[in-house]
Amino acid sequence: MSASNSILHVNQLDAWFGNFHALKNISVDVKDHDVMALIGPSGCGKSTFIRCLNRLHEEIEGAKVSGDVFLEGQNIYGPGKDPVVIRRRIGMVFQKPNPFPGLSIYDNVAIGLKLGGMRDRHQVEEHVHQALCGAALWDEVKDKLKRPGASLSGGQQQRLCIARALAVQPPVLLMDEPTSALDPISTGRIEELIQQLKATITVIIVTHNMQQAARIANRTAYFLLGEMVEVGQTQQIFEAPVDTRTRDYVTGQFG
Amino acid sequence: MDFAYRRRKFVNLVSLAGIFGLAVLAAVPFFVVSVFVLDKGLGAISWDFFTQLPKGPGEEGGGMANAIVGSAIMVGLAAVLSIPWGLAAGIFMSEYGDSRTARCLRFTTDLLASTPSIVVGIFVYGLIVVYTGFSAWAGAAALTVIMLPIVARTSEEMLKLVPDHVREAGLALGLPRWKVIVRLVLPAAKSGVITGLMLALARVAGETAPLLFTALGNNYHSESLNQPTASLPVQVYNYAMSPFEEMQQQAWAGALVLVLFVVVINLSTRLLLRSKQGWSS
Ligand SMILES: Nc1ncnc2c1ncn2[C@@H]1O[C@H](COP(=O)(O)OP(=O)(O)O)[C@@H](O)[C@H]1O
Ligand SMILES: [Mg+2]
Repeated sequence: MSASNSILHVNQLDAWFGNFHALKNISVDVKDHDVMALIGPSGCGKSTFIRCLNRLHEEIEGAKVSGDVFLEGQNIYGPGKDPVVIRRRIGMVFQKPNPFPGLSIYDNVAIGLKLGGMRDRHQVEEHVHQALCGAALWDEVKDKLKRPGASLSGGQQQRLCIARALAVQPPVLLMDEPTSALDPISTGRIEELIQQLKATITVIIVTHNMQQAARIANRTAYFLLGEMVEVGQTQQIFEAPVDTRTRDYVTGQFG
Repeated sequence: MDFAYRRRKFVNLVSLAGIFGLAVLAAVPFFVVSVFVLDKGLGAISWDFFTQLPKGPGEEGGGMANAIVGSAIMVGLAAVLSIPWGLAAGIFMSEYGDSRTARCLRFTTDLLASTPSIVVGIFVYGLIVVYTGFSAWAGAAALTVIMLPIVARTSEEMLKLVPDHVREAGLALGLPRWKVIVRLVLPAAKSGVITGLMLALARVAGETAPLLFTALGNNYHSESLNQPTASLPVQVYNYAMSPFEEMQQQAWAGALVLVLFVVVINLSTRLLLRSKQGWSS
């Protein structure tokens, strides 16, 4: 079903909240090591879309999904597929930094590993170290790993959440407006980090900031009223959009 | 116009004063009770009160060791029974709260919580005591029934205070729902849940009615959990009714110990909450 170098293949995806049809017939391919930005006015279904990619959407009361999503060639909505297993292969970072309350910096990163069944302490330490380095946070926290995660600054907390997601080594990372609650400097650090991450993993990032999309994403998809209106190379979407609705949005935003 | 305005200001002032006055008055009963009990009970409190068994009527000295031990045993048993049970119910209501079952459970829990404790006592009497006689077990069963809804509802409320993003972050990490609840949500609500447990303990430690015809009472230490067992509230009740001055004195001392217990529990809960200021915003 999926093209050979596409890590994620979405085929005719629909999603509902009760009777409300929030996503309409979405099909898209995401290639390995892509950074794909999802843009569009608020309420158009961007968050709903990425929450369908890790089967988090269905956790909401009354929410429904239909269609197929292939992750590394396997349909995550196939019969008998365990959402818990799928979520270990596809990490998520939320809009508001949300380290686990009461857990230390170290435990925030280690908990996914420990509760996922990793017993060997040295192995856990090694993974935590790697994840914190991968999230460009290690140097700032290496002397205070026992301190509460909540004691960090907002930007650091968000990088801690990235480290937490990276620790279980997922090939895909979903990010839902990860910098919208952060100051410009923290935002810059996270954008830099995403540039580094694409060497090893695939990133799908929701952003309301088109400049951000232009800076970090090689591909961009425009959402409107539950539809994916257009998807393509970021430069093409911003400079030569095919759909008039995309053009209106893009010119309005940059205008 | 002007008159209406002045009138409104006046009414406002009067109601504010009224509310303030009543608020202050609300604190008065506790202080009156405490001072009164302290005044009457302090004289009879001694080392013996905690370590000696009661003396015969009209005799000097003696203590309420049997009642203190009996209360500790029955409250302890009730805690051991009701805490895991109530916690499980609280978790269910908070984490699966929109289901029909959870709504029914919440409603019955509320009904149970407002059932008069004497009714709980009669219920346990009819269900257990009639067949096996008065015992610590029966007393503990009655206290369990009273504690259960308090534990369930307070832990539900405390768990609900944990923001949903904690659950989502856990699920997104690929943790099964039960692990998210037990390892992430419950620890985040820990101090609140513990507060609820302590307050439930304080509440049942002073219950008299449900123990009157379940544990009955005992002038000695009970040799087993199947025997009638003394408890502080019941012993206070019995001694307060006595015509003997010495026994009335002991009743005051027992009342003082009960009040102190409640104060200590509340204070330590406050301290616990202060040292562990909830969760991150
Ligand atoms: N939990 C929910 N229950 C019902 N409707 C929801 C819920 N979450 C989002 N929606 C609706 O679904 C639509 C898409 O929302 P969302 O995916 O959050 O948009 P975006 O992330 O693009 O701002 C919106 O119209 C929103 O009102
Ligand atoms: Mg959103």
